Amino acid sequence: MIVVEPRATLSRPLAALAPVLAGIAAMLLAAIPIAFAGANPIAAYGYMVSGAFGSMFAFSETLTRTTPLILTGLAAAVAFRARLWNIGGEGQLYAGALAAVAIGTGAIDAPSWVMIPLVLLAGAVAGALFFLGPAVLKLKFGADEVVTTLLLNFVMLLFVQMMLEGPLKDPMSLGWPQSAAITDAAALPALIPRMRVHAGLVVGLVAVLAVWLMMKRTVWGMEIRAVGENAPAARYAGIPVTATVLRVALLSGALAGLAGVGEVAGLKGYLTSDLSPGFGYSGIVVAMLAGLSPLGVVAAALFIASVFVGADSMSRGLGVASYIADLVVALSLLSVLVGGFFTRFRLRLARRTPAGAEG
Amino acid sequence: MTEAPVVLRLDGITRRFGALVANDGIDLDLRRGEIVALLGENGAGKTTLMNILFGHYVADEGVVSVAGADGVLAPLPPGSPHAALAAGIGMVHQHFTLAENLTGLENIMLGTEPILRLRKRAGAARRKVEALMGGSGLTVDLDVQVSRLTVGERQRVEILKALYRDARILVLDEPTAVLTPGESEGLFATVRALAAGGLSVIFISHKLGEVLAASDRIVVLRGGRKVGEMATAEADRRRIAEMMVGREVPASRRTPRERGRVLLSLERVTVAGDHRRSLHDATLEIAEGEIVGIAGVSGNGQAALAALMAGLVRPASGAMRLHGAPVARHDPRAFARLGIARIPEDRHHDGVVGAMTVAENVALEDIREPRFQRAGFLRFGAIRARAAQAIRDYDVRCQGPDIPARLLSGGNIQKLILARGLDREPRLILANQPTRGLDIGAQTEVHRRLLDARARGTGVLLISEDLDELMALSDRIVVISAGRLSAALPAEGLDRGRLGMMMAGHDEERAA
Amino acid sequence: MDILDILLSANFWAASIRIATPLIFGVLGALICERSGVLNLGIEGIFTAGAMAGWMAVWLGLDLWPALLVVLVVGALFGLLHAVLTVPFGLSQHVSGIGITLLATSLSYFIYRTALPNVSTPPRIEPFRPLDIPVLSDLPFLGTALFSHTALTYLAIALVGVVAWILYRTPLGLAIRAVGDNPDSVDAQGLSVHALRTGAVMAGSALMAMGGAFLTMSAFDAFFFGMVNGRGWICIALTVFASWRPGKALLGALLFGAFDAFQVRLQTQVGAFLPSQVFLMLPYLLAIAALVVVARKADYPRALLVPWFKGSR
Repeated sequence: MIVVEPRATLSRPLAALAPVLAGIAAMLLAAIPIAFAGANPIAAYGYMVSGAFGSMFAFSETLTRTTPLILTGLAAAVAFRARLWNIGGEGQLYAGALAAVAIGTGAIDAPSWVMIPLVLLAGAVAGALFFLGPAVLKLKFGADEVVTTLLLNFVMLLFVQMMLEGPLKDPMSLGWPQSAAITDAAALPALIPRMRVHAGLVVGLVAVLAVWLMMKRTVWGMEIRAVGENAPAARYAGIPVTATVLRVALLSGALAGLAGVGEVAGLKGYLTSDLSPGFGYSGIVVAMLAGLSPLGVVAAALFIASVFVGADSMSRGLGVASYIADLVVALSLLSVLVGGFFTRFRLRLARRTPAGAEG
Repeated sequence: MTEAPVVLRLDGITRRFGALVANDGIDLDLRRGEIVALLGENGAGKTTLMNILFGHYVADEGVVSVAGADGVLAPLPPGSPHAALAAGIGMVHQHFTLAENLTGLENIMLGTEPILRLRKRAGAARRKVEALMGGSGLTVDLDVQVSRLTVGERQRVEILKALYRDARILVLDEPTAVLTPGESEGLFATVRALAAGGLSVIFISHKLGEVLAASDRIVVLRGGRKVGEMATAEADRRRIAEMMVGREVPASRRTPRERGRVLLSLERVTVAGDHRRSLHDATLEIAEGEIVGIAGVSGNGQAALAALMAGLVRPASGAMRLHGAPVARHDPRAFARLGIARIPEDRHHDGVVGAMTVAENVALEDIREPRFQRAGFLRFGAIRARAAQAIRDYDVRCQGPDIPARLLSGGNIQKLILARGLDREPRLILANQPTRGLDIGAQTEVHRRLLDARARGTGVLLISEDLDELMALSDRIVVISAGRLSAALPAEGLDRGRLGMMMAGHDEERAA
Repeated sequence: MDILDILLSANFWAASIRIATPLIFGVLGALICERSGVLNLGIEGIFTAGAMAGWMAVWLGLDLWPALLVVLVVGALFGLLHAVLTVPFGLSQHVSGIGITLLATSLSYFIYRTALPNVSTPPRIEPFRPLDIPVLSDLPFLGTALFSHTALTYLAIALVGVVAWILYRTPLGLAIRAVGDNPDSVDAQGLSVHALRTGAVMAGSALMAMGGAFLTMSAFDAFFFGMVNGRGWICIALTVFASWRPGKALLGALLFGAFDAFQVRLQTQVGAFLPSQVFLMLPYLLAIAALVVVARKADYPRALLVPWFKGSR
């Protein structure tokens, strides 16, 4: 009989290793569908690695893709720490993008050092407010935030389409629904000349440091952890649970909103309804792979980004459908879930005394 | 007269949990129609032993043998409640195993029919249960959802559940923990009648008095071992107590004190809630240097009173005053700042955050105080120092302040909670079932802390299901029943029988 | 009045029932899982997998009913994965469910794209045709509204009765209701908590897959990326709204279907004044509203989301 036993102490090295093993396991499992598609898995991995890291351009593309994932991953990690299941990163990202476009396409005329912070702030506020609704519904009515945030993603996407066909439509875009371009003053500068990686990455890294500092060193961070681990005990000890949850919600939404700002003001320059290929959802996987740690988010985001960029290259080179990337991401999530189990529990084979044996 | 045949034999049962030996080579025989009391303090291994019998745990060593219909002892397949049930063993667990969304009859029928049958045969089942109710005297409405039954009624469903399955051996785990003294007597009368009809009974208890009154034979466990066994008729109270505890333990003694000024008063306070969690028209006073005990069977409104005192709920009507001033804010942090220390009923659910370290848990209530943070940033040095001091002063056994709190034993968690609350020299202490599940040593420790606080002028509200504890510690006792408080009676010379009546709802005096 | 016109048209009622059908399957599946104590957020992905698997089975040559068997197996397999992760190992039901959704969706899309790499318009299959019931189908109004649906719709409605019977009249249903409230009650009566929960999750997931299959095998006749479009999540909201009861599940799905059918027709009438997206948003907002309205007093299965381990006393 197999017995499940909790480990006495959380094995630190194992806990850090688990996500890495999970990523590797996911990649290995992906060999099956790759082979099913008729391609050689080893060759496929080769394409993925060279596609993600093989040249300066490739690496810059990977970093570009990492940028929004850091922010949506951080958004999910912060919320999950408080046991607030924010699955609405996608919608909050679009909310931030909308705000950036509303403010940054010419409505306000000001120099860069005003416009950029303004656009970032607008996006953060928009994202924060978009998550505030579900958070309040949960606190006041007990409405499950998983469902409400998920459904609002669909609502926000429709809203963006509506805006792009209406008030925000670019008059010069020849009928295709997209917004006007972000002005030069409001655009996030590129980090490397002629490469697409932009200052949004810096925003993401600064956010990582700030969140890490908050969680480890401040009262707020401790309160968030207490509420997430055992809300009734936190309440009993006097921690204002409602205020803490609201705080977390605003922060989480703001981070996802910033991801949207980055994509619009740093990468594409304008808003279309297909701005995000699921960054919000991938952010959840990033957060889980990172073990909800802010610093881990960077590594996890880089991994997931390289999978997507690499898969594009593999798709072009070997004809393997690029959905393989989504498959690897899904397998990573399940692998890290299983891996997390083994860091907290241990399996033991229990010997049963055969009947009639003397004790 | 020939002895009744042996129906159950435990042979060398041993079970370890890591380094802890919960059961150590225990032998036990049970004869037909016998009532055996398994006696021992909390942590002695009684429940573990019975859980092994019923198949919730598997013994590391040893064999359980049950007599079949032919009277021959055969080994019981371990680890399977299904096998235990088939062998005629029924168990009424300490925490009832009932599905609250189903009726009594449905709970009794659960698992008794082939799982793929197309239709439940409720009619036949009902007839059998009604016959059992008539024969045993245990009556309960079978068609009411269990969530709406009282604790006593639920216990009757549990017993009927076992009898319905033709149990020949019935195990009762701490059956009187949730009953009034009157109800307990009724239960034992029923058990005697069933035993006379051939049922063999083991009941677990840590209360010496009822064990002496209700059993034929007593088996004493201590530290996982069987340390004594005797016929009840030949039992000596003092000797058994010593066997249970292993040493002379001075009973907690309270020295009479002058009652000081009134610290807290409740005037006609009502707290809204469902029938088990509400308070009606409650009037109560707690003064400096006194312990007020709240006696009552669980589910009579203690939860509402405790929540009120912890700052978790606000009164729907009535006045609550602290030092004569009305209470402005009803939230736990404000109450803690006002000098009210709170010990929750469920230490795992409300007392500590298991995943956080011991140090973090000690500092948790006061984390916003200037000594623990500056401009929002935590002062780790101060937090660790505080934790080290708490561990030292309250003898919290752990491997250091940085290990997760969930690794501590129940007694040490309780000490941590005490350290957190009492170290601030509170003016008032809410102690809600403070010694539940603790062994004698830890219990005495908690009593000592409460009495010391009392000696320093702190007022204590003690909510407890343990009448012995209440009588030993309280200056005055208030009975709570159906959400209403009785007048406060001096504990000195209080008659337990009268207390029992009041707990069952037959109270003569009400608070004005 | 335009609104009255809509409500009085037989087509409107037929459309309502048609839109409701996948939701009926989905809510029945979700409520079986949740009644046993397991939240299955894999529903959106399982819908997608059911849609793709059913379509592809027919496209590869199977008849419609055998293809449905394939759908049931696919659903049950994803259910088994979710059950293994969450029941004996007690892993986070939220994360496992989302992982299953991502896995099932990406796997479906990958297999579809790999099998049909170069098509621009999705190929079509021969779907279920509306049944022609003698006498009843020819009735005025009711004939169109109620008696011209495909076999799958009638199957869904029949399943409401079957699930209700199982839950409330059989020992199995009793055990499932008990294990979702207090697993200890089931364990103490000698039944296996793990087996009950795993079986319930597998059965519920099979039903969820049927909901997806309805989209490609009855409502439409081809598989599109993104065709599920949040229906799975709507089912999760409707399950709470239905208080985990099959009868109310049918009611909720029909109300929702009617609302959605209404919204579509309203667009053509009032569409000039409001952008189409406003109407398309309404179903999601309604689902959120339904959830909020009942959430406070909802009688959640007490053991929902709480893992149970043997010997955890």
